[in-house]
Amino acid sequence: MGDQVSRLTPFQLDAMRELGNIGAGNSATALAQFLGREIQMEVPSARILSLEEIPQIMGGEETFVGCVLFRVLGEAPGKIVYLVEENSMDRLLTLALGQETGSIIGEMERSALQEIGNILSGSFLNSINKMTGFNCVQSLPSFVMDMAGAILGSIAAYEGQFGESALFLETSFSEGNNKIFSKFFLIPEPGSLEKMLEAIGAEGDGQIDPGSNG
Amino acid sequence: MGKLIQVRMGELKISETPDQLGCTGLGSCIGLVIYDSDKKVGGLAHIILPEAGKNGKHKTKPGKYANIAIPFLIEELEKKGARKDNLWAKMAGGAHMFSFETDNDIGRIGERNAETVQEILKEWKIPVKGLDCGGKSGRTIKFSLETGELLIKTFHKGVKIL
Repeated sequence: MGDQVSRLTPFQLDAMRELGNIGAGNSATALAQFLGREIQMEVPSARILSLEEIPQIMGGEETFVGCVLFRVLGEAPGKIVYLVEENSMDRLLTLALGQETGSIIGEMERSALQEIGNILSGSFLNSINKMTGFNCVQSLPSFVMDMAGAILGSIAAYEGQFGESALFLETSFSEGNNKIFSKFFLIPEPGSLEKMLEAIGAEGDGQIDPGSNG
Repeated sequence: MGKLIQVRMGELKISETPDQLGCTGLGSCIGLVIYDSDKKVGGLAHIILPEAGKNGKHKTKPGKYANIAIPFLIEELEKKGARKDNLWAKMAGGAHMFSFETDNDIGRIGERNAETVQEILKEWKIPVKGLDCGGKSGRTIKFSLETGELLIKTFHKGVKIL
């Protein structure tokens, strides 16, 4: 199954990136509405990462991060991961809750971060569903704060059950005035990739036709 | 002063006193040390999964799977002059980082890793002299090939030595 990921053609990677682009645009708008701020979004990338590269995608493996993880259920199962580096997390919470939170992450802070993750992943999945005609839903969030290497290494181990590499649709959301940076990933399971590409008419080398499935 | 040799995911490294072997940010992975305290040679494997699947390219990354890493470590240590009867192990990691309603998924990998490593060590008759597995937190470890001590840093929970 792992071969499926490395067999993706440049055309198919482009098609996945385009899916990510529309999804992320939707998410950025939703987050901007929630926070009442302008949110900058990086043009998404579709990267094939070997398991060993995954723990380093946030920079240092010992970087302290908050992570909201969702399982994607339905036609195209996978994972959604939202990562916020420690300092950004404090600033993001200050914006979301309208008060200084200090560095203590209690119940209220956890649930605020889970809610932000919910908003991002919900709007992202929504637009993927529209483009593919799927009915994918997200699980309840699981929130964890720890070293980036430990969190991402555990995700890599999970992906390792499928193969040697995984496709990461990656984008970042930032709020310039408050120096908030965060990263958002969709990691489809190898079997889901095929279904998604087929649904958007990109299974071969032809043209993308997002309208073909309604 | 020896050097600190970092062992990344799926890797396996062997060295001798006075060096140190370390893993940064172990989540569900296991850092497994096998050591001969007479010869002061040892190895550290950064194990990702219990067993190699059909697609496993374990030839290039012998540390990746418990069932490949352990025999490989023993063999390499014997080549360095270690005696099998002297070998003992210490291990850390295997955390359960994510909790979901159904836990046969991502959360169980750490637990399965720790169980499998212990079973295989038992088959090879290698005693486990120290173990810090499970929990919900990531760990950073450092093993001294001089003293045989395993230093474990757990996020927000301080340092312990096995």
